[in-house]
Amino acid sequence: MKRLTWLVPTIYIIFLMLPIYWLVNMSFKTTNEILGGFSPYPVEFTTENYVTILTDPTWYWGYINSLMYVSINTVLSVAVALPAAYAFSRYRFLGDKHLFFWLLTNRMAPPAVFALPFFQLYSAVHLFDTHLAVALAHCLFNIPLAVWILEGFMSGVPKELDETAYVDGYSFPAFFTRIFIPNIGAGVGVAAFFCFMFSWVELLLAKTLTAVEAKPIAATMTRTASTSGYELGLLAAAGCLTIIPGAIVIYFVRNYIAKGFALGRV
Amino acid sequence: MKTENQRAWWLVAPVVLLVAFNALVPLMTVVNYSVQETFGNNQFFWHGVGWFQDVLNSERFHAALGRQLLFTAIILVIEIPLGVAIALCMPKKGFWASVCLVLMALPLLIPWNVVGAMWNIFALPDIGLLGYALNAAGFDYDYTQQPLSAWFTVILMDVWHWTSLVVLLAYAGLVAIPDAYYQAAKIDGASAWKVFRHIQLPKMNRVLTIAILLRFMDSFMIYTEPFVLTGGGPGNATTFLSIDLVKIALGQFDLGPAAAMSLIYFVITLAVSWLFFTLMTRNEAK
Repeated sequence: MKRLTWLVPTIYIIFLMLPIYWLVNMSFKTTNEILGGFSPYPVEFTTENYVTILTDPTWYWGYINSLMYVSINTVLSVAVALPAAYAFSRYRFLGDKHLFFWLLTNRMAPPAVFALPFFQLYSAVHLFDTHLAVALAHCLFNIPLAVWILEGFMSGVPKELDETAYVDGYSFPAFFTRIFIPNIGAGVGVAAFFCFMFSWVELLLAKTLTAVEAKPIAATMTRTASTSGYELGLLAAAGCLTIIPGAIVIYFVRNYIAKGFALGRV
Repeated sequence: MKTENQRAWWLVAPVVLLVAFNALVPLMTVVNYSVQETFGNNQFFWHGVGWFQDVLNSERFHAALGRQLLFTAIILVIEIPLGVAIALCMPKKGFWASVCLVLMALPLLIPWNVVGAMWNIFALPDIGLLGYALNAAGFDYDYTQQPLSAWFTVILMDVWHWTSLVVLLAYAGLVAIPDAYYQAAKIDGASAWKVFRHIQLPKMNRVLTIAILLRFMDSFMIYTEPFVLTGGGPGNATTFLSIDLVKIALGQFDLGPAAAMSLIYFVITLAVSWLFFTLMTRNEAK
């Protein structure tokens, strides 16, 4: 009985890998072979789909655009969330609890609710179709999340650290950047990971706020699927390439990921 | 103990400004639309609570809300116990634990439309592995035609996509339990079930509340994955609240009803989430 417990995660991981395997399989097939019928592995192996994507600017700029707004968003979210999380974890101030819940409610707002007003708002401030627009819009749900995670990690740091530093004559900014932030390095990494994750996977707002210049890869994919018939191989190859950045990021945070999912509150 | 310091407001000010810009302006726009009627030309007329009455009385909204609640209930019932079970069976440390964590987290980082596209291809009845296998096994399966198949696919897709979140949270809760607890249980001769019921479950209480809260919020807002997979069909079988809302707002450009529906939708999400949040903070206070 005890020996068989490894079977459960194994079966689960196989279940997780099957659709990914199928996507990879499809990405190495020619369109003819795909439409020709069922086959568990590519018979006429081709890398043409990948070549198309990596040589056509309308395709590979999609990736660059996505990575650009995701990076801006991650840096921005974590940078403003750090001092705020410190305030929530160390001080009591007027309306702190209400403010914290209000921030969280924005994580709860369905993006579909905000799609149209967002379009109008960012058009009005002349940011429509820029990377900054998407990065700012994603702050709506990423900042509350970053504050929540960082606050969890910061509350785990004893207050004596702060008091000792102030006694030693550190000013707040010096203490915060030189002593406190290095102390919660793992927390900052986890918060950045989550901001990256939710900005990378979101499509509805990113698509609504862009047209040509800043169009994310996800939007390029949906357009391909609808306009040029049913190029499943190309779609599959594009999909496979979107998995790679996520896989790289997971590898780096693998030791902190579980704690991060618990928002530092374990 | 936290000290009282009103200057802390300066530290939260940037966050408040950024979030308020994103949250309050669009929210006011929605409120504005929800009480007005327009006949084009950018002319708006006061419409009071008319749109709210329309939406609350419309069959269409009831149907979408019903589907949404059913979907959320089903995936919570499947994903939470399944996630806990997998976490219990996982290796707790070492090389294999890292392998499990990395592989399990992978679905969480795939863009949502790619998840939809992936399952679309995976479940195609003629050339997809899942569809082909099910039909070969004698099931009459075609998610583009049959509502039942479509529901099965959407739910399986969500289980595939999000169970890992529950696993990772439950795992985080489990590894935080000190060894002494298990040793004490061993001395008392407690059965595996008793260890789970009286040690592991209470210790996972907090992370499981987070898991339920996150899964509730995200499944209640689900849009991209079913939209790419089934487009809300066949018919309206998988048209959940967000899909219906986007159809009304951006498809038909019925701003008033869409805005009223947005607000009702938001209030429902908020009310349930508030309930979970209160439960959670009450547990933390204990």
